[in-house]
Amino acid sequence: METEMESPAPPVAPRQPLSEGSEWTFELLDLYDREIARVAAHYGLDTYPNQIEVITSEQMIDAYSSVGMPVGYHHWSYGKQFLSTQKSYKRGQMGLAYEIVINSNPCIAYLMEENTMTMQALVIAHAAYGHNSFFKGNYLFRTWTDAEGILDYLVFARNFIAECEQRHGEVAVEELLDSCHALMNLGVDRYKRPAKLSMAKEQVRQAEREAYLQSQVNDLWRTLPAKQAAGQEKRAARFPSEPQENLLYFIEKNAPQLEPWQREIVRIVRKIAQYFYPQRQTQVMNEGWATFWHYTLLNHLYDEGKLTDGFMMEFLQSHTNVVYQPPYNSRFYSGINPYALGFSMFQDLRRICEHPTEEDRSWFPELAGSDWVKSLDFAMRNFKDESFVAQYLSPKLIRDLKLFAMVDDDREDKLEVTAIHDDAGYRTVRQLLAEQYNLGNREPNIQVYDVDVFGDRSLSLRHYMHDRRPLGDSTPEMLRHVARLWGYTVRIESVDQNGETRLVATSEG
Amino acid sequence: MNRLVDRRLSGKNRSAVNRQRFLRRFKTQIRKAAAEAVSGRKVADLERGEKISIPSKDLSEPIFHHGPGGRRNIVLPGNREFVSGDRVDRPEGGGGGGGSGGSPDGEGMDEFVFELTKDEFMDYFFQDLALPDLVKKQLAAVPEVKKARAGFVSQGNPSSLHVVRSMKQAIGRRMAMAAGPRDALREAQDALEELVAQGRGASPEAEALREEIEALRSRIAAVPFIDTWDLRYANRVDQPTPSSQAVMFCLLDVSGSMDEGRKNIAKRFFMLLYLFLTKSYERIDVVFIRHHTVAKEVDEDEFFASRESGGTVVSSALELMKDIILERYPSASWNIYAAQASDGDNWEDDSPRCRELLLQSILPLTQYFAYVEIEAEEPQSLWHEYERVKAASPRFAMQRILTLEDIYPVFRELFRKKVA
Repeated sequence: METEMESPAPPVAPRQPLSEGSEWTFELLDLYDREIARVAAHYGLDTYPNQIEVITSEQMIDAYSSVGMPVGYHHWSYGKQFLSTQKSYKRGQMGLAYEIVINSNPCIAYLMEENTMTMQALVIAHAAYGHNSFFKGNYLFRTWTDAEGILDYLVFARNFIAECEQRHGEVAVEELLDSCHALMNLGVDRYKRPAKLSMAKEQVRQAEREAYLQSQVNDLWRTLPAKQAAGQEKRAARFPSEPQENLLYFIEKNAPQLEPWQREIVRIVRKIAQYFYPQRQTQVMNEGWATFWHYTLLNHLYDEGKLTDGFMMEFLQSHTNVVYQPPYNSRFYSGINPYALGFSMFQDLRRICEHPTEEDRSWFPELAGSDWVKSLDFAMRNFKDESFVAQYLSPKLIRDLKLFAMVDDDREDKLEVTAIHDDAGYRTVRQLLAEQYNLGNREPNIQVYDVDVFGDRSLSLRHYMHDRRPLGDSTPEMLRHVARLWGYTVRIESVDQNGETRLVATSEG
Repeated sequence: MNRLVDRRLSGKNRSAVNRQRFLRRFKTQIRKAAAEAVSGRKVADLERGEKISIPSKDLSEPIFHHGPGGRRNIVLPGNREFVSGDRVDRPEGGGGGGGSGGSPDGEGMDEFVFELTKDEFMDYFFQDLALPDLVKKQLAAVPEVKKARAGFVSQGNPSSLHVVRSMKQAIGRRMAMAAGPRDALREAQDALEELVAQGRGASPEAEALREEIEALRSRIAAVPFIDTWDLRYANRVDQPTPSSQAVMFCLLDVSGSMDEGRKNIAKRFFMLLYLFLTKSYERIDVVFIRHHTVAKEVDEDEFFASRESGGTVVSSALELMKDIILERYPSASWNIYAAQASDGDNWEDDSPRCRELLLQSILPLTQYFAYVEIEAEEPQSLWHEYERVKAASPRFAMQRILTLEDIYPVFRELFRKKVA
């Protein structure tokens, strides 16, 4: 990492810093913002307009605990989150500097009033230009989220849920939300493109949808007292005919006993899960991109003589902390730091474009010597973590980070090192690291398999095992959540690679 | 196109609702933790917020995740000694060091710790408890007032000017003042139109009408937009609030048989009672009476500090209490509570006298009298006499405390909400 942190080129322009002290004022914020915007435009960063909001630390904790939604409905889990964030902040375990930026148009970024001018500038560069341009440019965000509509939709969601609490009681709504939250990760379409959200449309359609959905559901369950033989025949056709990956969607449309308002809440949770899905898929890229740009933009301003040495010292100290990657055997190790990996990869990409070695020329012939601004822009727009690592992780970076791969097989009594940072191992390490960012591998693959339409209405889920990995101990509890929504018996089976199924758990409705 | 917004003053306490929801959901766990927390506290700082910790597994939000087993690949940074093909032992405990790459959300924290405010703490602590026979006696001598809203008035100071009300008044006044001229104006305009339609637009009548219209228009325009008469001020009045007060008598046996451990238990018990009373009464006097063969009123420090020796005459304390009530706390304006702690030792002939004193002089004056017997191996004469008192009066309660842990359950038992 040290090589990435080399001090910037000596200044050429005479020093005319924007400010000297560490105190910030609104005039200074405005001045810094304009300067950073100018440099960002120089590098061709395309962003939504920014709305930079100055808030207190308490409000920042608030924002943290509502998972970055500027307008959230009420739920105890956000209260829990608030308490634990507040505690670790008070103990000084965490800084609340970066990170809260809302993928909306205008893009909302938060500055905390306690911070110094340096930190404010850092956050402006990181959030308002780094993350912002990523939100606007990356293909996942472009297809999956609607920056124009999200704030309206969140307002709609909060009002709707508050209304339901009044009408049906807080406890009923809370139970429903608990179950929906538990299934949030299974509430996303991975392949279908979602419709755009907007409050006006949602409100108009909601009433129609209520009535229509109810009629559909009733129709599905209108079973005639058919002859036994006919029933047997019908049983052969499974419902749903294809396994469904989006469990919450399936429940919203087909759960027999849900009231219309309950279906709407399932839908709200599902929509919000979908909105955050791209963020979960691009953590390394998103943070790496933002970190790369705050580093590049502020260094550019320093080279122009607009920042003091003191400013740079404070900035670099904070920056180095953020991109620190402890080794696997350190007690600070808690997985690969997305900031560190992402930042190093973008830095490395730029190096490959500007100063390619022989090795780079053979690994990345199309990148070596190309215009780095264009190449980075292309990478930002067209990849997610998994494919980004698979495409761009270079041998040099694997050596720098000393990456190695191990396999943990429960049939073996020891762990085995499968590849390290050498000629034989580069491709394997890169491939395995990329797979580590595949959400499909990280989370169990669970699908809706069958509903006993003509029998006891029970729902069967199937867990398609990957590398023989079983489900964890939360499964019975999770099934109770599914059963609460479905209203009848729910069971889950694991299917191994040979196609053999095994019942894992059952929950009575 | 970029905007800077100062939001510092808006949206404070946005999470307050979520916090309440959280506390409500984990009520039982929190109450249990609160009871545990208090047993480790000193008397002096009982009245403050509390750090509460509940097992985090109780409040986990489950998701589907992978369990241990199967085959998994892990990529790790910072290799030092490995080459490919090396085989190493599994790290102990799965997660440590090597990292089993499990759920990234599964942060290993066994306890979820957070702070309750003082009020929240007290609520949990005394939940479902009630003061028996709670007659709040009002005291006129201490007038307490609270500001309360009381509509709108036409006089007031500028800071309480109510803009919306004032503008409403102004609209009404403008409509009323302009109504007459408007009607006249409409008539004149109709008449003029008629004349013009008849082709007499230039006649003297028409001219007169035009002048009239002009005059009416200026009259309407002259109605002032806002007038001092329109101004309305928010009105606030002083509302007397009934204040109630209580006195609490702490009676402690300090004879030779009361050792430090027993006194400690007694002290905790008194403290609980005091806290509980602060929830119901704004003003509380505490009277400390300690006794062995003679009783004496003392201050708090002395009350718990020194230790006397010798025999025990409980009635001396009851006599003193009665005298103090008659002298300083007329029962018409004071709610009187008493708690007595003793190891049950008493001079044999004195116990019947205690019963008489209680039944005839003290209980009629008091709201509630609680007796706790601490670490007594066997109920003694005082206990038997008091059992008769209990049978005779609903204002009397008694319990035995054997260990420090009993204090809270016994306290709850004494003050449990009686279903009416």
